Amino acid sequence: MTPQTSFMVLAAITPEREAELRELLDSMNNAPGRVNPNNALIAFAEFSMIHVARLLVLKDNSLDDIKVYGLPRRDYPLYLAFLGNIDGERDAFYEELARRAPNGLRALFSCCEGFTSETPLVEWMKKHSRSSIAGYTNWMGRTVTRVREEANLHESIDRYLQSNAPSFASLQAQEVHTAVQSFVAGERAAGRLELSAETPTPLGWRLRNLLHKVGLPLLALLLLPILIPVGLIFAVRLRRLEKTDPELCFRIDQEYSDALARLEDHDVTNQFTAMGSLKPGTVRLWTATAVLRTVDYAARHIFNRGRLARIRTIHFARWVFLDDKKRMVFFSDYDGSFESYMDDFINKSGFGLNVVFSNGIGYPRTNWLIFDGCADELKYKEFLRRHTLPTQVWYKAYPGLTAADLERNTRIRRGLESSRLNDAEARAWVGLL
Amino acid sequence: MKSEVDFDDVQGIVRFGYGRLKGASYALARIKNLEAARSWLLSASVSTAIERNPPPATALQVALTVEGLRALRVPDAVIGAFSHEFVSGMTQESRSRRLGDLEANSPSNWVWGSSAKVPHLLAMFFAPPERLDSFKESSTGAVWNDAFEVNWLYTADLDGIEPFGFVDGISQPKVDWEQQRNMLEGQIDYGNVVALGEFLLGYRNEYGKYTDRPLVDADAATAELLNAEDAPEKKDIGRNGTYLVMRDLQQDVRGFWQFLNKHAHGDLAFMERLATAMVGRTRTGDPLVPIRREPISGIGPDADEVRQNRFTFESDPEGVSCPFGAHVRRANPRNTDYPGRPATLLSKVVTMLGFGPKGFRDDLISSVRYHRILRRGREYGPGLSPEDALGPAPSNEPSRGLHFICLNANILRQFEFLQNAWIANTKFAAMSGESDPLLGNRQAIWGCPVTTDFNIPKGDGVRQRVSGLEQFVTVRGGAYFFLPSLRVLRYFAQAGASNAKS
Repeated sequence: MTPQTSFMVLAAITPEREAELRELLDSMNNAPGRVNPNNALIAFAEFSMIHVARLLVLKDNSLDDIKVYGLPRRDYPLYLAFLGNIDGERDAFYEELARRAPNGLRALFSCCEGFTSETPLVEWMKKHSRSSIAGYTNWMGRTVTRVREEANLHESIDRYLQSNAPSFASLQAQEVHTAVQSFVAGERAAGRLELSAETPTPLGWRLRNLLHKVGLPLLALLLLPILIPVGLIFAVRLRRLEKTDPELCFRIDQEYSDALARLEDHDVTNQFTAMGSLKPGTVRLWTATAVLRTVDYAARHIFNRGRLARIRTIHFARWVFLDDKKRMVFFSDYDGSFESYMDDFINKSGFGLNVVFSNGIGYPRTNWLIFDGCADELKYKEFLRRHTLPTQVWYKAYPGLTAADLERNTRIRRGLESSRLNDAEARAWVGLL
Repeated sequence: MKSEVDFDDVQGIVRFGYGRLKGASYALARIKNLEAARSWLLSASVSTAIERNPPPATALQVALTVEGLRALRVPDAVIGAFSHEFVSGMTQESRSRRLGDLEANSPSNWVWGSSAKVPHLLAMFFAPPERLDSFKESSTGAVWNDAFEVNWLYTADLDGIEPFGFVDGISQPKVDWEQQRNMLEGQIDYGNVVALGEFLLGYRNEYGKYTDRPLVDADAATAELLNAEDAPEKKDIGRNGTYLVMRDLQQDVRGFWQFLNKHAHGDLAFMERLATAMVGRTRTGDPLVPIRREPISGIGPDADEVRQNRFTFESDPEGVSCPFGAHVRRANPRNTDYPGRPATLLSKVVTMLGFGPKGFRDDLISSVRYHRILRRGREYGPGLSPEDALGPAPSNEPSRGLHFICLNANILRQFEFLQNAWIANTKFAAMSGESDPLLGNRQAIWGCPVTTDFNIPKGDGVRQRVSGLEQFVTVRGGAYFFLPSLRVLRYFAQAGASNAKS
């Protein structure tokens, strides 16, 4: 398989060029929230490896929040973030990007500090790359090509069944499976359907993955004698903080929320970006780091087949520390409305939200890190909406397809690859069509 | 601090549907004379939720839009503390996208509820049909005429049958008036009893929390109001009130039956089966899945209720008896907090961590208890049987439909979620290419040109498909109202006056 990777270029915007940059970003859309996939700056559609990509100005509205701890507000540079999830290696993608969209990239990056007409693009992007502390990929190894091929397969089978509905009416599941198999074989032979063979997984990636999979628990095991006492001290301190950390769940500004809503619900999938400062002190920083490392581990090795714990609507997600780990930004691509996304998390995975986000300033009060918190539903929703940033440009390679659609199509293909299904398997498979 | 409900402060429609009073008219009013409007509101005898014996022969209920509150000069700080949905209104552009109010459903085509046609006030009059006119006259009169410019909406008594011909109003949540429910315990089995705070502000909701609503300091204007349970030093404007969602859903009864008849090639029994599959109940209201042997909390012991409502879709995981896309299965999927009924704490934790059932359709739909609504709508237009609907329309065809009304404490999480994620969603339950067979707007979405299918799973074979569904229901109007308690209604009628003076 070709594993997906993520990229992110982060650069400080030259203050006097911000307005110009925002205009450039807007020019990449047909309308707010609706990207032009062939826009003049970066024609996303020409890149066969991009799943999702976004460009936005990271404007943090909560910089004053730190004052509740008696600390002065700190101002950070205003960043342009360009990020996405791709098939294959990041550096190769940067090369491709620089080759296909040099002028657009230059126009965008020239609004950032330290970029001149002489600056070599690829090097600059590498230099300004930021890696994430944790990331999630809905289905490891499902490439854009595969997504498209499987979607075509589904549509093609659907049309075939529909145009032959009377003759299928009397067939049982196993017979249907056999009939569709030979139809698909015929279509492939005639060149009307493409189902590429799985590419070999790069050896380097396999080794790194294995090392991560085995190494991290091993390391934890080795450090256990230290981790246990340290953990206990931590727990006590954390517990005290938890009881005193102030909540900042203001009612959010209606106009701000409306402006976010204008960018949402154009596709079945939505983008989400949220940003805020971490609670001050090492205890919180270490907690956040440990938790996110665990999330990253679980996402890489356990939740890599369509589900993040119980959540089935996320295509990609990532957490990135910024500014010397003083701030954190979270990005995701999820199916459905923002409201249903929040409800899904609160009701299915509230403990996960709490453990990850309660290290951010102002989060609703938690209890032993996993309880309460977002169970105060409205407080949490106000908190989250206030930390949400508008994403000026957002591209998804397969509009109209949810993560569940992708999983169904994958299951359809897999079912076809089995020469014979038993009765129950055949029923389940036919139920997907 | 839990207190009993003062039923004399709650408008009756929260507790009763007034189903016995078969005549009803709705006045959508805009204030033209503020002082007259104030005095009508103060003098109106609004019916309360107190149980009377014999039950009252008439009922009057009053609700206000945000524009109505503004017209009454309710302080901005109070208005701004109502929910965002209520304040920004049903017709906001991004909201229309989520609710499916596009193209034919677009607010720009509405007969009421958009821009200059937003009402200030909704007055609902209920009485036996023969007494309705006299009741309206006695409740309105000269002050009313001075006060309001009125658009009257009429209802029809179709004897509990909605215009397409199906028994309606069967499934309603049971409100936990006694506040006995333990909401914090995860729900493993479907229950029909829902926290009071889901339908009435000022009480605990399904999260065990108080839904946001305006809380104000005590002063001369608010002295009479009740204190907030969760903030006893504050006066609670929301308490004993709730939000009322109203939508005019025009139903193309001939279009519906003629479409099905064409698809069934004139086979009336087949036509009926298709209609049944789309609705998810027979015309007489029987569910398509078997009645459960074990009881469901909040359903029964009434025999009709058991026959029509004691079921969940657990017995039909393939959608063979009741298609996934059937209207009632979308409107209430009847599932719980966890898939697969984890009985022990350990199995719950295992499920929570993502190691529960892994089938394609497992755990796709949210727990329903956070998304229930109380439906209080009434039909309009003359009845038309499916048989007659197959005939050609006369030139003066009257319009038919439903004045959809529902009550909920959180419009966004209840009505809007249900309408967006379950009814309008072309991807509900991992389906593709279909929206609600009755209510869908049939609009293409980005990347999916077809949303006009309806699939009937077969289990051991290829699903049966009805293609090319037309739009059978068109939204013709709508607005978000606040249905205040009687105390708060009096406050609204007066608060603005003192506000204007100060």
